[in-house]
Amino acid sequence: MPLDPATQKIRAFDQVGTRPLRPDGLDKVTGRARFGADATAPGMLVGRILRSPHAHARIRSIDATKAEALPGVKAVVTSKDFADRSDDLRDILVNIMARGKALYEGHTVAAVAATSASVARKALKLIKVDYEVLPHVTDVDLAMEPDAPLLHDDLITSGVEPVPTKPSNIARKIEFGHGDVDKGFAEADLVVEREFKTEATHQGYIEPHACLASVGSDGQGELWVCTQGHYMVRDVCAQLLGMDVSKLRVTASEIGGGFGGKTTVFIEPVALALSRKAGRPVKVVMTRDEVFRASGPTSSTSMRMKIGVKKDGRITALDALLKYQGGAFAGAPVDYGGMAGVACYDYPNIRVVGYDVVTNRPKQAAYRAPGAPMTAFAVESVIAEIADTLKLDPIEMRLKNAAKEGTKSAYGPTFGPVGLVETLKAAKAHPNYKVKLGKNQGRGIASGFWFNFGGQTCVSLNLNIDGTLALAVGTPDIGGSRASMCLMAAEELGIPYENVRAIIADTSSLGYNDVTDGSRVTFASGMATIHAARDAIKKLCGRAAKVWGIPEEAVVWEKGFAKPSGANAGNFEPMSLKELAANAAKTGGPIAGHYEYNAENAGPSFATHVVDVEVDPETGFTKVLRYLVCQDAGKAVHPSYVEGQFQGGAVQGIGWALNEEYIYGADGRLQNAGFLDYRIPVASDLPMIDTAIVEVPNPGHPYGVRGVGETSIVPPMAAVSNAVSHAVGIRLTESPMSPPRILKALGEQAARKAG
Amino acid sequence: MQYEAPATIDAAVGLLSKAQGLARVLAGGTDLLVQLKSGTLEPDLVIDIKRIPEMTKLVAENGGFRIGAAVPCAVLGENAAVRKLWPGVVEAANLIGSTQIQGRATVVGNLCNASPAADSVPAMMAANAIATVAGPNGKREVPVGDIATAPGKTSLAKGEIVTSVFLPSRPAHSGDAYLRFIPRTEMDIAVVGVGVSLTLGDDGVCKAARVALGAVAARALLAEDAAKAIVGTKLDEKALAKLAEAASAACRPIDDKRGTKEFRIKVAGVLARRAAEKALERARGK
Repeated sequence: MPLDPATQKIRAFDQVGTRPLRPDGLDKVTGRARFGADATAPGMLVGRILRSPHAHARIRSIDATKAEALPGVKAVVTSKDFADRSDDLRDILVNIMARGKALYEGHTVAAVAATSASVARKALKLIKVDYEVLPHVTDVDLAMEPDAPLLHDDLITSGVEPVPTKPSNIARKIEFGHGDVDKGFAEADLVVEREFKTEATHQGYIEPHACLASVGSDGQGELWVCTQGHYMVRDVCAQLLGMDVSKLRVTASEIGGGFGGKTTVFIEPVALALSRKAGRPVKVVMTRDEVFRASGPTSSTSMRMKIGVKKDGRITALDALLKYQGGAFAGAPVDYGGMAGVACYDYPNIRVVGYDVVTNRPKQAAYRAPGAPMTAFAVESVIAEIADTLKLDPIEMRLKNAAKEGTKSAYGPTFGPVGLVETLKAAKAHPNYKVKLGKNQGRGIASGFWFNFGGQTCVSLNLNIDGTLALAVGTPDIGGSRASMCLMAAEELGIPYENVRAIIADTSSLGYNDVTDGSRVTFASGMATIHAARDAIKKLCGRAAKVWGIPEEAVVWEKGFAKPSGANAGNFEPMSLKELAANAAKTGGPIAGHYEYNAENAGPSFATHVVDVEVDPETGFTKVLRYLVCQDAGKAVHPSYVEGQFQGGAVQGIGWALNEEYIYGADGRLQNAGFLDYRIPVASDLPMIDTAIVEVPNPGHPYGVRGVGETSIVPPMAAVSNAVSHAVGIRLTESPMSPPRILKALGEQAARKAG
Repeated sequence: MQYEAPATIDAAVGLLSKAQGLARVLAGGTDLLVQLKSGTLEPDLVIDIKRIPEMTKLVAENGGFRIGAAVPCAVLGENAAVRKLWPGVVEAANLIGSTQIQGRATVVGNLCNASPAADSVPAMMAANAIATVAGPNGKREVPVGDIATAPGKTSLAKGEIVTSVFLPSRPAHSGDAYLRFIPRTEMDIAVVGVGVSLTLGDDGVCKAARVALGAVAARALLAEDAAKAIVGTKLDEKALAKLAEAASAACRPIDDKRGTKEFRIKVAGVLARRAAEKALERARGK
């Protein structure tokens, strides 16, 4: 039971911590829920996008005359339909519509709006693009070579002194840490240094990007879209199209998965430009092929990790070199990824150097704890190897170095109360950790961290005439957050969960809300909901005071009723929320609670994962036998959805570890742009993912809540790698650990033994 | 695009023979509809054969079974007699796609799609199954292994259509098995597939065997040396090792997104051995 951060007493909850059905559940299982592609409007056209078949090519010219002349074609747009700009939206502008060069296979070159899909498809074939094919590069190490094909002739590496005189594919150099690593390694009894590579993966959301845009001749626009952040979509699209923000209203649809990949725009500005030109609504829906080739997968990486320890396992120093490619534009998450990836331990000396590199691949987008799983893979693999070498229990080794309250993190801040130690202890105490392993089986342990964000948030809570409530939040629900919001509002007001209905309001109904990302929503929108409820309660007490003719301060709110605060306040029957609602018109009009703020003090969440695998030594096939996630939720508002986040992150991480990868041909084209050959795990691949919720309250939230959505994907790649390495007796350092890779390593080991 | 659903084989052959441009036959549609939707194929004529009564029948014939070209894989799986006679063929047919896909997909479609990785093809080749082909010049019978010539290409002439596949009867003490390697557990395509069929004498010695390999060459292969390695043996350790070696040696694979050459060669041997052991168990009546 968590402590009430305000009173430091154990707080008991009536509703928070229970598991009611989610308000959107029935609609989703019956098909009534409306997703991005379900939007429709009278006179709607079909929008289709022409994409570059080349990984890197100069666009000499685009001739769309034949397409425009095709009956049924109502508009064709190219980069000429978007004004150029030099601000921080330029990369987005160039990504949504190529200007001068196609920078990756799948890069948008032109788009059409037509009366049917078949006309649109024919029109695309009639657009003649004259390309001058250029040399390309998709590998991060090759892209950093001095003679690598150059993507941008004006890209000068930032973070380097003196400032380079020549452009390169290195967008940024970052460096952080503290202490003296050379001194730290000199003090070490054992130093292990390894190189690692990870392939790019895709978020793999089931719903492809989809939107319906409608811009009238008066310049007013509406957009219905599947996104994690409709305010972001509004603001970015309005700027790219030169519209007043007030003239564009954006409504978020239900979302079939995002995982960070829907925190930017791709088709939305294009659909708006087509609609504006055609004068009719235009719907654009990506195919799965387009999702893989032209949305935002994550970075591939190349890393070097060096850790020194004393004989007892205490870390003396860490030195890391991280190279992340982020596709055709700057922004690979080497900074956050590196910071989060090393965050689990207390290092007397640490230095992390990272490079953000551009290549001829689609611009990366956020993917659940962006960048952290890769660095964690390197850190946790070396920790595992050290524990093996020193014959230390891997959990004891981690406990010896675990970050705790008062630990100075490598990225700067000193941690407050955090739960890594508790997750390690929970893992050690769990029955899974005691199961005896058989032949060809191995166990892997890894820990992970994510910062968690707060951010700009605005909510409204409106009391209806019957005492039920309408809660409007501005953060799309990607993981059951509406249920959590309703629970928190119901908890504050002391009414049944079912009496609160939460909706995701459109951009014209609430103040600005940051994107649903950084595991921020249950924390930030949740805290705003609590404050909005408290705001409403204050007003409700005021109404009761008015009726009773006593001072407002003499009224308290208890479990759904306004009551006199004590005997001195007067002897009145408690007034229910229902009565107050029914009498609202007579006591001052509608009653509502509001809250808007920039949320701070999101508590980080740590996790420890334990996995057992069995590897078929003849085929390299890995079977996951059991998997345990122990993670700190601060306070689990809705435990089922917390467990769902733990399990979902673990499964995505297992896929990343074992089979998921972007495979490029020598021509720079993606070879596996579909779910057949981009292999996310299927249900029968996995055991039920076991979970243990740890609750170390976050002092920054009234209930102690921490975000839980992202940390869960940080440890799996390392945990699975450690398990596979133990099963086969070879340290694996490249993801995915696919059967051909494992079998090759086994063959090389056999050859070494024989030779 | 013209869509036709003729009621007789003759009518289907007539339409195919006269077709201008690209013509495609539609059975379950699990390959064709995907190609149409993605725009990789734009046929001028699609002939749906599901209205042709004899195409939709699975019938016992001469101790074996005739599988009409429009018979879904799920129907094979639900037929206890077919499962008993040719369990390896049925398990191959029931590995294709998912349960829903097996309700539509057909083994003849799997054959004529001419993918080197088709699951049912090595199993049917090991079973020595015979395809019946109807065409403008009448009917002909062709071993299933001779239908596909290269990825997406068949030996069928213009106007020809496979109407059924015949799984023959078999002697006592026979067994077959099909195994494939995929990196997942379902919803995937074979990286390597191996079908083995064998018959034992009363003394337990292997009298006859057929081994077929999928996804290791431009089309499914009959690995005759692999079969020879076990004929005349009791499938002891030495014979199985020779079988694996011969199966690996028969492979002519490529490196692609689904697997490397070296991986396919190695795993073909491993699976040949495991499939032979499974077929042996079945032949022994276990």
